[in-house]
Amino acid sequence: MEERNKLEAAAGKLRFERRRERQKALLLGIISIFIFLTVWQMLCTLHIVGENVLVSPIKVIQAIWIKAGDTRPDGNTLLQNILSSFRLVLIGFGLALVIGLPLGLLMGWYRPLDKFIRPIFEIIRPLPPIAWIPIVIVILGIGTAAKSFIIFFTTFVPIVINSYTGIRETNQVYINFAKTCGYSNWRIFRTVGIPSAMPLAFAGMVIALGNGWGTLVAAEMLASNSGLGYMIFMGRSYGRIDIIIAGMLVIGLIGLALTAALELIEGYVLKWRIKEK
Amino acid sequence: MENRNKVELHKISKVFLNGDSCEAAIEEVSLSVKENEFLVLLGPGECGKSVLLNIVAGLMEATSGEVYINGELCGGIHPEVGMVFQELGVLPWLTVRDNVALPEKFRGMSKKDRYAHGQEFIDLVGLHGFEKYYPHQLSGGMKQRVGIARAYASDSDILLMDEPFGKLDAQTRYSMQDEILKIWNQNKKTVIFVTNNIEEAVYLGDRIILFTAAPMSVRRIYDLKDLPRPRNYTDEKFLQIRGEINRHMDLVIQ
Repeated sequence: MEERNKLEAAAGKLRFERRRERQKALLLGIISIFIFLTVWQMLCTLHIVGENVLVSPIKVIQAIWIKAGDTRPDGNTLLQNILSSFRLVLIGFGLALVIGLPLGLLMGWYRPLDKFIRPIFEIIRPLPPIAWIPIVIVILGIGTAAKSFIIFFTTFVPIVINSYTGIRETNQVYINFAKTCGYSNWRIFRTVGIPSAMPLAFAGMVIALGNGWGTLVAAEMLASNSGLGYMIFMGRSYGRIDIIIAGMLVIGLIGLALTAALELIEGYVLKWRIKEK
Repeated sequence: MENRNKVELHKISKVFLNGDSCEAAIEEVSLSVKENEFLVLLGPGECGKSVLLNIVAGLMEATSGEVYINGELCGGIHPEVGMVFQELGVLPWLTVRDNVALPEKFRGMSKKDRYAHGQEFIDLVGLHGFEKYYPHQLSGGMKQRVGIARAYASDSDILLMDEPFGKLDAQTRYSMQDEILKIWNQNKKTVIFVTNNIEEAVYLGDRIILFTAAPMSVRRIYDLKDLPRPRNYTDEKFLQIRGEINRHMDLVIQ
Protein backbone atom coordinates (compact mmCIF):
# COMPACT_ATOMS: atom_id res chain seq x y z
CA MET A 1 0.00 0.00 0.00
CA GLU A 2 2.81 2.32 0.94
CA GLU A 3 4.64 1.43 -2.29
CA ARG A 4 1.55 2.35 -4.19
CA ASN A 5 1.28 5.72 -2.50
CA LYS A 6 4.89 6.44 -3.31
CA LEU A 7 4.26 5.69 -6.98
CA GLU A 8 1.17 7.85 -6.99
CA ALA A 9 3.13 10.69 -5.47
CA ALA A 10 5.88 10.34 -8.07
CA ALA A 11 3.34 10.27 -10.90
CA GLY A 12 1.62 13.31 -9.47
CA LYS A 13 4.93 15.13 -9.39
CA LEU A 14 5.63 14.23 -13.03
CA ARG A 15 2.19 15.38 -14.09
CA PHE A 16 2.69 18.61 -12.21
CA GLU A 17 6.05 19.18 -13.92
CA ARG A 18 4.55 18.53 -17.33
CA ARG A 19 1.76 20.99 -16.64
CA ARG A 20 4.31 23.56 -15.54
CA GLU A 21 6.27 22.99 -18.75
CA ARG A 22 3.15 23.63 -20.83
CA GLN A 23 2.20 26.72 -18.87
CA LYS A 24 5.71 28.07 -19.39
CA ALA A 25 5.44 27.54 -23.16
CA LEU A 26 2.04 29.24 -23.24
CA LEU A 27 3.32 32.14 -21.19
CA LEU A 28 6.26 32.67 -23.55
CA GLY A 29 3.86 32.76 -26.49
CA ILE A 30 1.66 35.33 -24.79
CA ILE A 31 4.65 37.49 -23.85
CA SER A 32 5.89 37.39 -27.44
CA ILE A 33 2.57 38.59 -28.83
CA PHE A 34 2.24 41.18 -26.09
CA ILE A 35 5.68 42.64 -26.84
CA PHE A 36 4.89 42.71 -30.54
CA LEU A 37 1.64 44.58 -29.97
CA THR A 38 3.26 46.98 -27.50
CA VAL A 39 6.04 47.91 -29.90
CA TRP A 40 3.48 48.40 -32.65
CA GLN A 41 1.28 50.54 -30.44
CA MET A 42 4.30 52.63 -29.34
CA LEU A 43 5.34 53.24 -32.95
CA CYS A 44 1.93 54.76 -33.53
CA THR A 45 1.25 56.67 -30.32
CA LEU A 46 4.75 58.19 -30.34
CA HIS A 47 4.21 59.18 -33.98
CA ILE A 48 7.38 57.41 -35.08
CA VAL A 49 5.46 56.37 -38.18
CA GLY A 50 2.64 58.41 -39.59
CA GLU A 51 -1.07 57.51 -39.45
CA ASN A 52 -1.12 57.26 -43.23
CA VAL A 53 1.42 54.41 -43.10
CA LEU A 54 0.52 52.41 -40.02
CA VAL A 55 -2.39 52.52 -37.60
CA SER A 56 -2.23 51.25 -34.06
CA PRO A 57 -3.48 47.77 -33.06
CA ILE A 58 -6.27 49.36 -31.05
CA LYS A 59 -7.51 51.14 -34.18
CA VAL A 60 -7.32 47.88 -36.12
CA ILE A 61 -9.46 46.10 -33.57
CA GLN A 62 -11.87 49.02 -33.66
CA ALA A 63 -11.99 48.74 -37.44
CA ILE A 64 -12.83 45.02 -37.17
CA TRP A 65 -15.54 45.83 -34.66
CA ILE A 66 -17.09 48.53 -36.82
CA LYS A 67 -16.71 46.49 -40.01
CA ALA A 68 -18.87 43.76 -38.48
CA GLY A 69 -21.92 45.91 -39.10
CA ASP A 70 -20.71 48.52 -41.56
CA THR A 71 -20.48 47.94 -45.30
CA ARG A 72 -18.11 50.80 -45.99
CA PRO A 73 -15.82 51.19 -47.91
CA ASP A 74 -16.18 48.01 -50.01
CA GLY A 75 -19.91 47.38 -49.84
CA ASN A 76 -19.92 44.29 -47.60
CA THR A 77 -19.88 43.58 -43.90
CA LEU A 78 -16.89 41.67 -42.55
CA LEU A 79 -18.88 38.46 -42.23
CA GLN A 80 -20.07 38.69 -45.85
CA ASN A 81 -16.47 39.10 -46.96
CA ILE A 82 -15.32 36.17 -44.83
CA LEU A 83 -18.07 33.91 -46.17
CA SER A 84 -17.34 34.94 -49.73
CA SER A 85 -13.64 34.11 -49.35
CA PHE A 86 -14.47 30.95 -47.50
CA ARG A 87 -16.69 29.76 -50.30
CA LEU A 88 -13.94 30.38 -52.83
CA VAL A 89 -11.34 28.45 -50.86
CA LEU A 90 -13.71 25.59 -50.11
CA ILE A 91 -14.63 25.17 -53.78
CA GLY A 92 -11.00 25.32 -54.92
CA PHE A 93 -9.65 23.14 -52.14
CA GLY A 94 -12.57 20.71 -52.31
CA LEU A 95 -12.12 20.26 -56.02
CA ALA A 96 -8.37 19.78 -55.62
CA LEU A 97 -9.01 17.18 -52.96
CA VAL A 98 -11.60 15.27 -54.96
CA ILE A 99 -9.42 15.21 -58.08
CA GLY A 100 -5.89 15.40 -56.67
CA LEU A 101 -6.08 12.81 -53.91
CA PRO A 102 -7.30 9.92 -56.08
CA LEU A 103 -4.99 11.01 -58.89
CA GLY A 104 -1.92 11.05 -56.66
CA LEU A 105 -2.81 7.74 -55.06
CA LEU A 106 -3.50 6.01 -58.38
CA MET A 107 -0.36 7.43 -59.97
CA GLY A 108 1.70 6.21 -57.04
CA TRP A 109 0.24 2.73 -57.26
CA TYR A 110 -0.08 2.08 -60.98
CA ARG A 111 3.21 2.59 -62.80
CA PRO A 112 1.82 2.95 -66.34
CA LEU A 113 -0.56 5.69 -65.19
CA ASP A 114 2.38 7.38 -63.48
CA LYS A 115 4.49 7.29 -66.65
CA PHE A 116 1.53 8.57 -68.65
CA ILE A 117 0.57 11.54 -66.48
CA ARG A 118 3.95 12.46 -65.04
CA PRO A 119 5.27 14.44 -68.05
CA ILE A 120 2.22 16.73 -68.13
CA PHE A 121 2.22 17.12 -64.37
CA GLU A 122 5.92 17.98 -64.28
CA ILE A 123 5.42 20.80 -66.79
CA ILE A 124 2.42 22.24 -64.97
CA ARG A 125 3.87 21.83 -61.47
CA PRO A 126 6.50 24.62 -61.43
CA LEU A 127 4.12 27.24 -62.82
CA PRO A 128 3.35 29.82 -60.13
CA PRO A 129 -0.40 30.15 -59.53
CA ILE A 130 -0.33 33.85 -60.36
CA ALA A 131 0.90 33.01 -63.86
CA TRP A 132 -2.45 31.36 -64.51
CA ILE A 133 -4.46 34.50 -63.93
CA PRO A 134 -4.37 35.98 -67.47
CA ILE A 135 -5.28 32.74 -69.21
CA VAL A 136 -7.93 31.99 -66.60
CA ILE A 137 -9.56 35.35 -67.28
CA VAL A 138 -9.58 34.62 -71.00
CA ILE A 139 -11.08 31.16 -70.59
CA LEU A 140 -13.24 31.40 -67.48
CA GLY A 141 -13.95 35.09 -67.28
CA ILE A 142 -13.89 36.81 -63.89
CA GLY A 143 -16.53 34.99 -61.85
CA THR A 144 -16.34 32.47 -59.05
CA ALA A 145 -15.11 29.79 -61.43
CA ALA A 146 -12.02 31.78 -62.36
CA LYS A 147 -11.12 32.63 -58.78
CA SER A 148 -11.73 29.09 -57.54
CA PHE A 149 -9.50 27.81 -60.28
CA ILE A 150 -6.56 29.82 -58.98
CA ILE A 151 -7.16 28.38 -55.52
CA PHE A 152 -7.64 24.94 -57.04
CA PHE A 153 -4.31 25.14 -58.76
CA THR A 154 -2.32 26.11 -55.67
CA THR A 155 -3.91 23.37 -53.60
CA PHE A 156 -3.89 20.69 -56.28
CA VAL A 157 -0.11 20.33 -56.62
CA PRO A 158 0.81 19.64 -52.97
CA ILE A 159 -2.13 17.25 -52.60
CA VAL A 160 -1.08 15.21 -55.63
CA ILE A 161 2.61 15.15 -54.71
CA ASN A 162 2.02 14.16 -51.11
CA SER A 163 -0.50 11.41 -51.75
CA TYR A 164 1.76 10.12 -54.53
CA THR A 165 4.85 10.05 -52.31
CA GLY A 166 2.82 8.63 -49.43
CA ILE A 167 1.59 5.63 -51.33
CA ARG A 168 4.95 5.04 -52.97
CA GLU A 169 6.45 4.58 -49.53
CA THR A 170 4.06 1.78 -48.58
CA ASN A 171 6.00 -0.89 -46.72
CA GLN A 172 6.62 -3.81 -49.09
CA VAL A 173 6.11 -6.25 -46.21
CA TYR A 174 2.48 -5.11 -45.83
CA ILE A 175 1.94 -5.56 -49.55
CA ASN A 176 3.49 -9.02 -49.48
CA PHE A 177 1.33 -10.00 -46.56
CA ALA A 178 -1.82 -8.91 -48.37
CA LYS A 179 -0.66 -10.86 -51.41
CA THR A 180 -0.26 -14.06 -49.39
CA CYS A 181 -3.85 -13.56 -48.25
CA GLY A 182 -4.84 -13.72 -51.89
CA TYR A 183 -5.84 -10.07 -52.16
CA SER A 184 -6.07 -8.60 -55.65
CA ASN A 185 -3.94 -5.60 -56.57
CA TRP A 186 -6.95 -3.28 -56.49
CA ARG A 187 -7.88 -4.57 -53.06
CA ILE A 188 -4.32 -4.19 -51.77
CA PHE A 189 -4.40 -0.64 -53.08
CA ARG A 190 -7.50 0.07 -51.02
CA THR A 191 -6.73 -1.83 -47.83
CA VAL A 192 -2.95 -1.34 -47.60
CA GLY A 193 -1.90 1.43 -49.97
CA ILE A 194 -4.42 4.11 -49.07
CA PRO A 195 -4.09 3.82 -45.27
CA SER A 196 -0.28 3.86 -45.58
CA ALA A 197 -0.43 7.01 -47.66
CA MET A 198 -2.73 8.89 -45.29
CA PRO A 199 -0.16 10.49 -42.95
CA LEU A 200 1.69 12.14 -45.85
CA ALA A 201 -1.53 12.89 -47.70
CA PHE A 202 -2.79 14.76 -44.67
CA ALA A 203 0.44 16.73 -44.45
CA GLY A 204 -0.18 17.66 -48.09
CA MET A 205 -3.69 18.82 -47.32
CA VAL A 206 -2.44 21.06 -44.50
CA ILE A 207 0.13 22.63 -46.84
CA ALA A 208 -2.48 22.93 -49.59
CA LEU A 209 -5.04 24.62 -47.40
CA GLY A 210 -2.42 27.08 -46.18
CA ASN A 211 -1.35 27.85 -49.74
CA GLY A 212 -4.93 28.15 -50.95
CA TRP A 213 -5.92 30.56 -48.23
CA GLY A 214 -2.73 32.50 -48.84
CA THR A 215 -3.45 32.91 -52.55
CA LEU A 216 -6.85 34.34 -51.76
CA VAL A 217 -5.77 37.93 -52.14
CA ALA A 218 -4.26 37.21 -55.54
CA ALA A 219 -7.36 35.35 -56.68
CA GLU A 220 -9.62 38.18 -55.57
CA MET A 221 -7.55 40.61 -57.60
CA LEU A 222 -9.66 39.33 -60.48
CA ALA A 223 -12.54 41.73 -60.47
CA SER A 224 -14.40 40.80 -57.35
CA ASN A 225 -17.10 42.54 -55.44
CA SER A 226 -16.65 40.72 -52.16
CA GLY A 227 -14.10 38.78 -50.16
CA LEU A 228 -11.30 39.55 -47.74
CA GLY A 229 -8.79 40.12 -50.53
CA TYR A 230 -11.23 42.50 -52.19
CA MET A 231 -11.74 44.29 -48.88
CA ILE A 232 -7.99 44.86 -48.59
CA PHE A 233 -7.82 46.26 -52.10
CA MET A 234 -10.69 48.59 -51.52
CA GLY A 235 -9.05 49.64 -48.27
CA ARG A 236 -6.00 50.58 -50.29
CA SER A 237 -8.02 52.51 -52.85
CA TYR A 238 -9.68 54.53 -50.12
CA GLY A 239 -6.48 54.94 -48.12
CA ARG A 240 -7.96 53.05 -45.19
CA ILE A 241 -4.87 51.51 -43.56
CA ASP A 242 -7.01 50.22 -40.67
CA ILE A 243 -9.17 48.20 -43.09
CA ILE A 244 -6.08 46.79 -44.83
CA ILE A 245 -4.46 45.62 -41.62
CA ALA A 246 -7.78 44.37 -40.25
CA GLY A 247 -8.20 42.27 -43.41
CA MET A 248 -4.70 40.88 -43.11
CA LEU A 249 -5.27 40.03 -39.46
CA VAL A 250 -8.55 38.24 -40.20
CA ILE A 251 -6.97 36.27 -43.07
CA GLY A 252 -4.13 35.22 -40.77
CA LEU A 253 -6.42 34.18 -37.93
CA ILE A 254 -8.79 32.21 -40.15
CA GLY A 255 -5.85 30.49 -41.86
CA LEU A 256 -4.61 29.46 -38.43
CA ALA A 257 -8.05 28.16 -37.47
CA LEU A 258 -8.41 26.20 -40.72
CA THR A 259 -5.05 24.49 -40.23
CA ALA A 260 -5.91 23.69 -36.63
CA ALA A 261 -9.26 22.22 -37.69
CA LEU A 262 -7.60 20.04 -40.31
CA GLU A 263 -5.02 18.85 -37.81
CA LEU A 264 -7.83 17.98 -35.43
CA ILE A 265 -9.43 15.81 -38.12
CA GLU A 266 -6.03 14.28 -38.84
CA GLY A 267 -5.56 13.40 -35.19
CA TYR A 268 -8.88 11.61 -35.22
CA VAL A 269 -8.50 9.77 -38.54
CA LEU A 270 -4.89 8.78 -37.87
CA LYS A 271 -5.26 7.84 -34.25
CA TRP A 272 -3.30 4.64 -34.93
CA ARG A 273 -0.14 6.64 -35.41
CA ILE A 274 2.56 6.81 -32.78
CA LYS A 275 1.94 9.96 -30.83
CA GLU A 276 5.02 12.06 -30.37
CA LYS A 277 5.19 13.83 -27.09
CA MET B 1 -0.37 -39.16 -43.41
CA GLU B 2 2.76 -38.16 -41.53
CA ASN B 3 4.95 -39.13 -44.42
CA ARG B 4 3.21 -37.21 -47.14
CA ASN B 5 5.28 -34.47 -48.72
CA LYS B 6 3.48 -31.23 -48.06
CA VAL B 7 5.92 -29.01 -49.92
CA GLU B 8 8.48 -30.02 -52.51
CA LEU B 9 11.03 -27.83 -54.22
CA HIS B 10 12.59 -29.13 -57.36
CA LYS B 11 15.88 -27.63 -58.53
CA ILE B 12 14.99 -24.06 -57.68
CA SER B 13 17.40 -21.46 -59.05
CA LYS B 14 17.17 -17.70 -58.87
CA VAL B 15 19.24 -15.17 -60.73
CA PHE B 16 19.07 -11.42 -60.09
CA LEU B 17 20.06 -8.71 -62.47
CA ASN B 18 22.54 -6.47 -60.75
CA GLY B 19 23.14 -3.55 -63.05
CA ASP B 20 24.12 -5.31 -66.25
CA SER B 21 25.59 -8.41 -64.68
CA CYS B 22 23.73 -11.48 -63.52
CA GLU B 23 24.10 -12.63 -59.96
CA ALA B 24 23.09 -16.11 -58.91
CA ALA B 25 21.28 -16.10 -55.58
CA ILE B 26 20.07 -19.69 -55.43
CA GLU B 27 21.57 -22.66 -57.24
CA GLU B 28 19.46 -25.74 -57.79
CA VAL B 29 17.98 -26.19 -54.37
CA SER B 30 15.76 -29.23 -53.99
CA LEU B 31 14.06 -30.16 -50.75
CA SER B 32 10.86 -31.57 -49.37
CA VAL B 33 8.85 -30.89 -46.25
CA LYS B 34 6.69 -33.53 -44.59
CA GLU B 35 3.23 -32.80 -43.30
CA ASN B 36 3.34 -31.22 -39.82
CA GLU B 37 7.09 -31.10 -39.88
CA PHE B 38 8.99 -28.20 -38.33
CA LEU B 39 11.69 -27.58 -40.91
CA VAL B 40 14.40 -25.03 -40.29
CA LEU B 41 16.31 -23.42 -43.14
CA LEU B 42 19.63 -22.32 -41.72
CA GLY B 43 22.27 -20.30 -43.49
CA PRO B 44 24.55 -17.33 -43.09
CA GLY B 45 23.09 -13.84 -43.40
CA GLU B 46 22.08 -12.58 -46.86
CA CYS B 47 22.56 -16.03 -48.37
CA GLY B 48 19.18 -16.11 -50.10
CA LYS B 49 17.01 -17.96 -47.57
CA SER B 50 14.39 -15.23 -47.63
CA VAL B 51 14.38 -15.29 -51.40
CA LEU B 52 13.73 -19.02 -51.32
CA LEU B 53 10.88 -18.52 -48.86
CA ASN B 54 9.38 -15.80 -51.02
CA ILE B 55 9.48 -18.20 -53.95
CA VAL B 56 7.62 -20.84 -51.92
CA ALA B 57 5.08 -18.19 -50.90
CA GLY B 58 4.59 -17.23 -54.54
CA LEU B 59 5.76 -13.66 -53.97
CA MET B 60 8.75 -14.13 -56.27
CA GLU B 61 9.22 -16.19 -59.36
CA ALA B 62 12.05 -18.70 -59.56
CA THR B 63 14.33 -18.38 -62.58
CA SER B 64 14.05 -22.10 -63.00
CA GLY B 65 12.68 -25.05 -61.04
CA GLU B 66 9.28 -25.92 -59.63
CA VAL B 67 7.39 -25.68 -56.37
CA TYR B 68 4.92 -28.45 -55.53
CA ILE B 69 2.35 -28.04 -52.78
CA ASN B 70 0.34 -31.13 -51.82
CA GLY B 71 1.89 -32.81 -54.83
CA GLU B 72 0.55 -30.23 -57.25
CA LEU B 73 2.64 -27.80 -59.25
CA CYS B 74 2.16 -24.34 -57.79
CA GLY B 75 2.74 -21.20 -59.82
CA GLY B 76 1.92 -18.35 -57.48
CA ILE B 77 0.10 -17.50 -54.27
CA HIS B 78 -1.39 -20.61 -52.69
CA PRO B 79 -4.30 -20.34 -50.25
CA GLU B 80 -2.78 -22.95 -47.98
CA VAL B 81 0.40 -20.98 -47.43
CA GLY B 82 0.56 -18.34 -44.70
CA MET B 83 3.53 -16.20 -43.85
CA VAL B 84 5.01 -14.55 -40.77
CA PHE B 85 7.34 -11.78 -41.87
CA GLN B 86 10.82 -10.76 -40.86
CA GLU B 87 9.95 -7.15 -40.33
CA LEU B 88 6.69 -6.94 -38.54
CA GLY B 89 4.04 -7.23 -41.19
CA VAL B 90 1.41 -6.07 -38.73
CA LEU B 91 -0.65 -3.23 -40.18
CA PRO B 92 -0.27 -0.20 -37.88
CA TRP B 93 -3.69 1.27 -38.66
CA LEU B 94 -5.60 -1.81 -37.54
CA THR B 95 -6.21 -3.01 -34.01
CA VAL B 96 -4.91 -6.39 -32.88
CA ARG B 97 -8.17 -8.17 -33.59
CA ASP B 98 -8.64 -6.51 -36.98
CA ASN B 99 -5.12 -7.55 -37.92
CA VAL B 100 -5.75 -11.13 -36.90
CA ALA B 101 -9.09 -11.15 -38.71
CA LEU B 102 -7.65 -9.76 -41.92
CA PRO B 103 -6.99 -12.98 -43.86
CA GLU B 104 -10.49 -14.21 -43.05
CA LYS B 105 -11.94 -10.94 -44.23
CA PHE B 106 -10.83 -11.88 -47.69
CA ARG B 107 -12.69 -15.16 -47.52
CA GLY B 108 -15.86 -13.19 -46.95
CA MET B 109 -16.49 -14.26 -43.37
CA SER B 110 -18.80 -11.95 -41.41
CA LYS B 111 -17.23 -9.55 -38.91
CA LYS B 112 -18.68 -11.40 -35.93
CA ASP B 113 -17.39 -14.78 -37.13
CA ARG B 114 -14.01 -13.33 -37.97
CA TYR B 115 -13.61 -11.84 -34.51
CA ALA B 116 -14.78 -15.03 -32.83
CA HIS B 117 -12.42 -17.10 -34.94
CA GLY B 118 -9.52 -14.72 -34.39
CA GLN B 119 -10.12 -14.55 -30.65
CA GLU B 120 -9.15 -18.19 -30.33
CA PHE B 121 -5.71 -17.44 -31.72
CA ILE B 122 -5.32 -14.16 -29.87
CA ASP B 123 -5.86 -16.15 -26.68
CA LEU B 124 -3.50 -18.84 -27.91
CA VAL B 125 -0.59 -16.40 -28.29
CA GLY B 126 -1.39 -14.84 -24.93
CA LEU B 127 -2.73 -11.48 -26.11
CA HIS B 128 -6.05 -11.75 -24.33
CA GLY B 129 -7.15 -8.28 -23.27
CA PHE B 130 -5.16 -6.53 -26.00
CA GLU B 131 -7.70 -6.99 -28.81
CA LYS B 132 -8.44 -3.31 -29.21
CA TYR B 133 -4.86 -2.10 -28.98
CA TYR B 134 -3.05 -0.57 -31.93
CA PRO B 135 0.37 -2.05 -32.80
CA HIS B 136 2.29 1.04 -31.63
CA GLN B 137 0.94 0.38 -28.14
CA LEU B 138 2.54 -3.08 -28.08
CA SER B 139 6.09 -4.28 -27.49
CA GLY B 140 8.11 -5.95 -30.26
CA GLY B 141 7.43 -9.42 -28.89
CA MET B 142 3.71 -8.75 -28.67
CA LYS B 143 3.61 -7.46 -32.24
CA GLN B 144 5.32 -10.62 -33.41
CA ARG B 145 2.68 -12.61 -31.53
CA VAL B 146 0.02 -10.74 -33.51
CA GLY B 147 1.80 -11.83 -36.69
CA ILE B 148 1.83 -15.45 -35.53
CA ALA B 149 -1.81 -15.36 -34.41
CA ARG B 150 -2.73 -13.91 -37.78
CA ALA B 151 -0.87 -16.56 -39.73
CA TYR B 152 -2.49 -19.25 -37.60
CA ALA B 153 -5.96 -17.78 -37.91
CA SER B 154 -5.65 -17.75 -41.68
CA ASP B 155 -6.27 -21.50 -41.67
CA SER B 156 -3.27 -22.13 -43.88
CA ASP B 157 -1.74 -25.56 -43.39
CA ILE B 158 1.71 -24.36 -44.25
CA LEU B 159 3.36 -21.57 -42.29
CA LEU B 160 6.42 -19.81 -43.64
CA MET B 161 8.37 -17.88 -41.04
CA ASP B 162 11.03 -15.51 -42.27
CA GLU B 163 13.37 -14.87 -39.32
CA PRO B 164 10.36 -13.89 -37.24
CA PHE B 165 12.41 -13.31 -34.10
CA GLY B 166 15.40 -11.63 -35.71
CA LYS B 167 14.58 -8.17 -34.41
CA LEU B 168 13.72 -9.18 -30.85
CA ASP B 169 16.02 -8.93 -27.87
CA ALA B 170 17.59 -12.19 -26.64
CA GLN B 171 15.25 -12.69 -23.70
CA THR B 172 12.08 -12.14 -25.70
CA ARG B 173 13.49 -14.33 -28.41
CA TYR B 174 13.87 -17.31 -26.05
CA SER B 175 10.36 -16.93 -24.76
CA MET B 176 8.96 -16.60 -28.29
CA GLN B 177 10.73 -19.79 -29.31
CA ASP B 178 8.99 -21.63 -26.51
CA GLU B 179 5.77 -19.96 -27.48
CA ILE B 180 5.97 -21.01 -31.10
CA LEU B 181 6.68 -24.61 -30.11
CA LYS B 182 3.78 -24.58 -27.68
CA ILE B 183 1.42 -23.31 -30.34
CA TRP B 184 2.77 -25.73 -32.90
CA ASN B 185 2.26 -28.65 -30.47
CA GLN B 186 -1.32 -27.62 -29.78
CA ASN B 187 -2.17 -26.96 -33.37
CA LYS B 188 0.09 -28.86 -35.73
CA LYS B 189 0.96 -27.27 -39.02
CA THR B 190 3.74 -27.64 -41.49
CA VAL B 191 6.30 -24.99 -40.64
CA ILE B 192 9.22 -23.73 -42.68
CA PHE B 193 11.27 -21.52 -40.41
CA VAL B 194 14.16 -19.43 -41.70
CA THR B 195 16.94 -18.33 -39.38
CA ASN B 196 20.65 -17.57 -39.29
CA ASN B 197 20.92 -18.53 -35.64
CA ILE B 198 22.30 -22.05 -35.04
CA GLU B 199 20.97 -22.34 -31.50
CA GLU B 200 17.51 -21.32 -32.58
CA ALA B 201 17.64 -23.87 -35.39
CA VAL B 202 18.66 -26.74 -33.11
CA TYR B 203 16.14 -25.72 -30.48
CA LEU B 204 13.19 -25.63 -32.87
CA GLY B 205 13.73 -27.93 -35.82
CA ASP B 206 12.59 -31.46 -36.56
CA ARG B 207 15.03 -31.17 -39.37
CA ILE B 208 17.59 -28.53 -40.30
CA ILE B 209 18.75 -27.79 -43.81
CA LEU B 210 22.06 -25.99 -43.77
CA PHE B 211 22.81 -23.79 -46.75
CA THR B 212 26.03 -22.38 -48.12
CA ALA B 213 26.65 -18.66 -48.54
CA ALA B 214 25.40 -17.06 -51.78
CA PRO B 215 24.88 -18.47 -54.31
CA MET B 216 22.91 -20.65 -51.98
CA SER B 217 22.83 -24.42 -52.23
CA VAL B 218 22.16 -27.23 -49.77
CA ARG B 219 25.25 -28.11 -47.74
CA ARG B 220 23.96 -30.59 -45.21
CA ILE B 221 20.74 -31.90 -43.73
CA TYR B 222 20.44 -32.70 -40.04
CA ASP B 223 17.65 -34.90 -38.77
CA LEU B 224 16.82 -34.02 -35.18
CA LYS B 225 13.63 -36.06 -34.81
CA ASP B 226 15.35 -38.13 -32.14
CA LEU B 227 16.47 -35.19 -30.06
CA PRO B 228 13.75 -35.12 -27.38
CA ARG B 229 11.67 -32.00 -26.73
CA PRO B 230 11.61 -29.74 -24.82
CA ARG B 231 15.24 -29.26 -25.67
CA ASN B 232 17.82 -27.78 -23.42
CA TYR B 233 20.46 -25.33 -24.60
CA THR B 234 23.08 -26.80 -22.31
CA ASP B 235 22.30 -30.46 -22.97
CA GLU B 236 25.38 -32.39 -24.12
CA LYS B 237 23.71 -33.73 -27.25
CA PHE B 238 22.41 -30.27 -28.07
CA LEU B 239 25.85 -28.74 -27.79
CA GLN B 240 27.37 -31.49 -29.86
CA ILE B 241 24.96 -30.88 -32.76
CA ARG B 242 25.41 -27.16 -32.39
CA GLY B 243 29.20 -27.53 -32.67
CA GLU B 244 28.85 -29.86 -35.61
CA ILE B 245 26.69 -27.38 -37.53
CA ASN B 246 28.97 -24.54 -36.55
CA ARG B 247 31.93 -26.25 -38.19
CA HIS B 248 30.04 -26.55 -41.47
CA MET B 249 28.49 -23.13 -41.59
CA ASP B 250 30.05 -20.55 -43.88
CA LEU B 251 31.30 -17.40 -42.33
CA VAL B 252 30.13 -14.27 -44.02
CA ILE B 253 31.55 -10.90 -43.19
CA GLN B 254 28.77 -8.39 -43.66
